[in-house]
Amino acid sequence: MTSLKPATEAELVDMVQDALSQRTPLDLTGTGTKKGIGRPMQTAATLDLSGFSEIALYEPEELVITAGAGARLGDVRKLLDDKGQEFAFEPPDLSRLLGAPHSGTLGGMLACNLSGPRRLKAGAARDHILGVAGVSGRGEAFKAGGRVVKNVTGYDLPKLMANSYGTLAALTTVTFKALPKAESEETLVLEGLSDEDAITAMSLAMQSSCEVSGAAHLPAVSADGTSRTFLRLEGVPPSIAYRRDKLAKLLVAPASHLLTTEASRAQWAALRDVHPLAAPDGRCVWRLSVAPAEGAKLVAALKHRIDMQWFYDWAGGLVWLAVSSENGASADAIRAALPSGHATLIRADESLRGQVPVFQPQAPALAALARRVKASFDPVGIFNPGRMQAVS
Amino acid sequence: MVAMPLPDKTALARRREIAAALRQFVPGEGVIEAPVEMRAYETDGLTAYRQMPLVVVLPETTAQVSAVLKYCHEQDIKVVPRGAGTSLSGGALPLADGVLLGLGKFNRILDIDYANRCVVTQPGVTNLAITQAVQHKGFYYAPDPSSQIACTIGGNVAENSGGVHCLKYGLTANNVLGIEMVLITGEVIRLGGKHLDSEAYDLLGVMTGSEGLLGVVTEVTVRILQKPETARAVLIGFPSNEDAGKCVADVISAGIIPGGMEMMDRPAIHAAEEFVHAGYPLEAEALLIIELDGCAAEIDHLIERVVAIAEANRSNSCRVSQSEDERLVFWAGRKAAFPAVGRISPDYLCMDGTIPRRRLPEVLQGMEDLSRHYGLRVANVFHAGDGNLHPLILFDANDPDELERAEKFGADILRLCVKVGGVLTGEHGVGIEKRDLMPEMFSEADLNQQQRLKCAFDAKGLLNPGKVFPVLHRCAELGRMVVRGGKLPHADLPRF
Repeated sequence: MTSLKPATEAELVDMVQDALSQRTPLDLTGTGTKKGIGRPMQTAATLDLSGFSEIALYEPEELVITAGAGARLGDVRKLLDDKGQEFAFEPPDLSRLLGAPHSGTLGGMLACNLSGPRRLKAGAARDHILGVAGVSGRGEAFKAGGRVVKNVTGYDLPKLMANSYGTLAALTTVTFKALPKAESEETLVLEGLSDEDAITAMSLAMQSSCEVSGAAHLPAVSADGTSRTFLRLEGVPPSIAYRRDKLAKLLVAPASHLLTTEASRAQWAALRDVHPLAAPDGRCVWRLSVAPAEGAKLVAALKHRIDMQWFYDWAGGLVWLAVSSENGASADAIRAALPSGHATLIRADESLRGQVPVFQPQAPALAALARRVKASFDPVGIFNPGRMQAVS
Repeated sequence: MVAMPLPDKTALARRREIAAALRQFVPGEGVIEAPVEMRAYETDGLTAYRQMPLVVVLPETTAQVSAVLKYCHEQDIKVVPRGAGTSLSGGALPLADGVLLGLGKFNRILDIDYANRCVVTQPGVTNLAITQAVQHKGFYYAPDPSSQIACTIGGNVAENSGGVHCLKYGLTANNVLGIEMVLITGEVIRLGGKHLDSEAYDLLGVMTGSEGLLGVVTEVTVRILQKPETARAVLIGFPSNEDAGKCVADVISAGIIPGGMEMMDRPAIHAAEEFVHAGYPLEAEALLIIELDGCAAEIDHLIERVVAIAEANRSNSCRVSQSEDERLVFWAGRKAAFPAVGRISPDYLCMDGTIPRRRLPEVLQGMEDLSRHYGLRVANVFHAGDGNLHPLILFDANDPDELERAEKFGADILRLCVKVGGVLTGEHGVGIEKRDLMPEMFSEADLNQQQRLKCAFDAKGLLNPGKVFPVLHRCAELGRMVVRGGKLPHADLPRF
């Protein structure tokens, strides 16, 4: 397969124009770490955007970083960390889950709208993207948004790039909000709660003024026989101490213990990166976003019918499920049990991803609108055709 | 004055027929065509512009909204959606040949769900009413635009409204979980819900801040937060704008994100102090109000650090609020800054640019120069944490020349904001006010791509035309592909 690797925006425009004139569908890629998410595609050439990797601007006191869409997330993390900052939405490193060599690029992070445990407090990539520049599927360079955190000038096209899986535009530059890292953190671990009781406890914690910045639950089967419910507190030490005592009084559990900063960080990185279900065991992995209070009910409805492993993040609003590949990775059963929200097949082999809708099917009017939105950027379907929806 | 598109004479001649048709969908008093009754809708918060609508329709259900829009779509009639009409950019200004669709009767909160920490509400409910409905349980809705007692949540979605707390708690876009909306075709679409992240394309993100050009929002799900246990404010005076600006940068560099961080310049300090007597330091060139919220242990710790940073930046006065009453007094001056300026001038224009914060001194200097050039006074209030400037240009609308100068002055300020790397509008929207300045920030290709997105939602361009975009292109024209040689190869192949 041909691989095109533009070094400048002008070259990128030329390459897309060429592809348009020859009607060659392009597979947009950064470093390919998330190639396994989405439907398989029939493309004739790869458009490799990893050349756009320069850090154009990083102004910590302005809370902003502008970088090439091909910049490595790992490198940017280090850069931010040196100034005591981070992406507050905690983008995960899905490399172990997906069998990839590293965590990929900023462009991929945005295209998949990644977020971690702090999603429930700080939002996702879509909440932190400020501006983008790139080339549309019409072969035209455009930019949108800006570099300031407060901006309502024109439509929020930067947000539209989030979760678009490279189907709208080939991005060259992305501008994100950077925020100060918490000075310290601690995690209260409740032991022995059932799924339902854990969801209730996490809901109570989130309804309190304790400013919980992570709420996850590992059921007994996934946690050495004793279930664990994790509640994270971040901030300055005197504040954490006060909130930890308050939280401990609020919640009841058969047993509990504390994780101090280092252990807490390691625990949340593992949850963020889906390590509990990341073993390369050939199982398919689903990511379900539901109303938090419905997480346990959903699992209860499924667990007697399907052989599965699971855990909860986002206070129950995010359910990770690992299932066998049989019966189309149980797609129909999972989607039928879904009370609200959506289910995305994050890990499955290529043939299965060609048979089962990877993304949640949409109501007809919404699906038609999404097709028109796609056409407004990419009228002939030159970018990642079929990645999100089957090409009709 | 910004010119609106010429009205369509056919539509004007059909007023009675259109009103009669709308009565089939919205019974009784829900359709208004008497001029005296329509007068209430002739302007919004940008009062220099007035226009009577063709007909006003006030539906009460999503089905009615859908029927009205479907009819207008079939009949090629323009529609301007409206919440409470508090837009400062003319977003809800009626069109002479357009139906004004008021959402005021969508005034019920539908579901308060503490377990999922969200509220499902109709769009005509005011921003503050959401907080009032949940505050007995200690909850609130975070975005707090200064018009929050009047502005509606539907309007907040349309404008992506902010407020003084959005540095820490985000804009409307970061606090809305889902919406139900109606397209101009009458199709009803749900995006998001009580779960996080809407599926597939982030159309919820695009709808937020779309200024009524893409669809009509008929239901909104917002997340609610538990109120911080307590909050304290620090009032700090500085001998120069540079010192105050440096203090803001140092606070953020120290890893502190305050709940609010507001700055006022000398004219704004004096106007506010004369109005509310908050005890502001009149000798200061710049004033910062920094509010820390959270638990008491955290606030005590952070205030100590903020005060030290202020002292290192040559602050010449510093007061920490010792009680909730005192904290509210500190804020009273800032919150009354607009009416306070209203007392010292017959009229004022409130501008809304955002700049990279460190460029503040040169932007303020540039404004002083412009102030001399146009012979008009300006006072500045500033959401310092996020770089959002609100220059208030003082003028007298009875003097047409002053209005024109004020508008030109405002436009020059916004050009200056763009020049230093900022944007035309931080939270008030483009509307008609900044419409013709869009090319200062965006190229033709940028604007065309935005309009193509508009075409995906509203191919006939019937929703709120004349707002946001300086040049209206037909969708067919925008959709044309110009590939090398001027024609698209394989034009016979099906498009998908």
